[in-house]
Amino acid sequence: MGELKLMKGNEAIAEAAIRAGVDAYFGYPITPQSEVIEYLASQKPEERTGMVLLQAESEVASINMVYGAAGSGKKVMTTSSSPGISLMQEGFSYIAGAELPCVVANVVRGGPGLGTIQPSQADYFQAVKGGGHGDYHLIVLAPSSVQEMADFVPLAFDLAFKYRNPVMILSDGMIGQMMEKVELFDPVPRWTDEEIKEKCPWATTGKTSDRERNIITSLDLDPSRQEKHNHKLQEKYRKISEEEIRFEKIECDDAEYIFVAYGSSSRIAQKALQLGRAKGHKIGLLRLITLFPFPYKELNDMAPNLKGILSVELSAGQLIEDIKLAVEGQVKAEHYGRMGGIIHSPAEILEAMEKNIIGGKK
Amino acid sequence: MRDELYNELVKSENLVYKKTSLMTDNVLSYCPGCGHGTAHRIIMEVIDEMDMQQDTIGIAPVGCSVLAYEFMNIDMQQAAHGRAPALATGIKRLWPDKLVFTYQGDGDLAAIGTAETIHACNRGENILIVFINNGIYGMTGGQMAPTTLPGMKTSTSPFGRNTALMGNPLKITELVAQLPGVHSVSRQAVHTPAAVRKAKKAIKKAFEYQKENTAGATFVEIVSSCNSGWKLPPAKANEWMMGEEPYVPVLSTGAIR
Ligand SMILES: Cc1ncc(C[n+]2csc(CCOP(=O)(O)OP(=O)(O)O)c2C)c(N)n1
Ligand code: SF4
Ligand SMILES: [Mg+2]
Repeated sequence: MGELKLMKGNEAIAEAAIRAGVDAYFGYPITPQSEVIEYLASQKPEERTGMVLLQAESEVASINMVYGAAGSGKKVMTTSSSPGISLMQEGFSYIAGAELPCVVANVVRGGPGLGTIQPSQADYFQAVKGGGHGDYHLIVLAPSSVQEMADFVPLAFDLAFKYRNPVMILSDGMIGQMMEKVELFDPVPRWTDEEIKEKCPWATTGKTSDRERNIITSLDLDPSRQEKHNHKLQEKYRKISEEEIRFEKIECDDAEYIFVAYGSSSRIAQKALQLGRAKGHKIGLLRLITLFPFPYKELNDMAPNLKGILSVELSAGQLIEDIKLAVEGQVKAEHYGRMGGIIHSPAEILEAMEKNIIGGKK
Repeated sequence: MRDELYNELVKSENLVYKKTSLMTDNVLSYCPGCGHGTAHRIIMEVIDEMDMQQDTIGIAPVGCSVLAYEFMNIDMQQAAHGRAPALATGIKRLWPDKLVFTYQGDGDLAAIGTAETIHACNRGENILIVFINNGIYGMTGGQMAPTTLPGMKTSTSPFGRNTALMGNPLKITELVAQLPGVHSVSRQAVHTPAAVRKAKKAIKKAFEYQKENTAGATFVEIVSSCNSGWKLPPAKANEWMMGEEPYVPVLSTGAIR
């Protein structure tokens, strides 16, 4: 059994970064996730593991520090919240285009604009559909507990290096700020420079006489080669979609109706499920863990056995679009959500299910 | 007869200059007469002379020199427009024993990337910044840059830069020289063989400093011609840099800090 601690989600990400052997964290403060960089600073990571910690002048700078360091084969990450993540989009596009591994956490707050500092899930589209320019995808993981905030850091790095692709941990102000018991995994050492050269032969570690120079770029001005590169990226995303879909089915076996949710909404929907079951409704919950890749096929297969789906999300309805794409009209699917930093209660979620799905028209 | 002459000439004892192997054989993408090629060459010669190929990582900008990695035979990364100093920071912090340098145009370094430039220098990142100032946006077809001189014609200041409307040229090199994190700053040019030699010396000094020390950034501005953007033939462009409407003298060369 690993070390047990009571921590905030933001602190758990930070502690996990040190334990996962991350080489550097570059970031810029923004509520509701400033505890990440504050916790790291308090831990003297340069003494614990030699990890580099640097407060950048902006999120534009921090994502580009990540881009540079990732190009040199190091394990690097940054975290931010919605407005800062918007600033990083150019960087994500370059990192995806240049096929580099890195991890970013977005502790989402309400928008648009400066919005609010309260929790939201309204950055779903931005996270899973691209956000920056060009045809690319981040791998997107959605933790729903402080435990997963910690556990998803090493998972994210494994996926990032396996596919040479940026990975986003998409959480929100609730998961980031709330405190829960966490069982921390045992620390792993940082890779040595020799290990990096072995694992990342593509990295800019200095051109030696036994190899050609390594170039990290997203540019290719030859359209036929650029198209080929795009095909290669799409092939990678297809492979990720085949091999990396993760979700959790809760009481779905006999369910006639299901909630589909991720992150904080899935926690609240689970409570609504219990309230509904107590009233005799056969409700289940499909909790999404990966948002990209999305379980289109699994939902499509479930659809014929369902009478209705309620998508629960702290947004105006973003996840619902993917659910509708997945079920292809086989079953009624609607969205229920709150916005602007308001969090839905289990009772109002159940009421929405009863009114709009169970009692509503087919 | 010609062949004989040629064979005589190419004898190794007659060799006075050889292209460094740190420049690849790829055909340069620059306009004939452009200063970028010269700047590339002297940087690569310095790295070669210092025997630092395997210890150097370069960052290419967005601008005409976006493809610098096609010509420089070292490990390189291509940055987003203006972000090269942030990339260099990330790399150097994690590979402190490597020589890390950025190569950036004036639009890249002094407009869109001003924040990254100032903050990397102010933090005292142990990197070399090579700043190619041609007073114009070469790559996008000759628009006004922050460094465009008063009265200078560009495609977005077709009647000359009117400072009342368009602001004054930004002397970013002088600005950088004020920052405590910077060890040395100099302005050089590449419009005459003598200037090229001086520029190479300055780059060597800046690199040698980076090799031995960890007390901050070194910054070398190279005033460079963009004959296409300036709408001048190459020779005239070089003359203009020394001529009546002096370009180089306006920006006096030499050590600034
Ligand atoms: C974010 C972004 N904005 C604008 C551009 C278009 N752009 C490409 S190069 C350039 C200016 C380059 O000028 P400079 O840095 O002076 O380099 P030069 O070509 O003169 O060497 C611009 C505006 C871009 N590529 N990316
Ligand atoms: S446009 Fe100007 S800077 Fe660009 S290659 Fe031509 S001369 Fe050089
Ligand atoms: Mg320029």
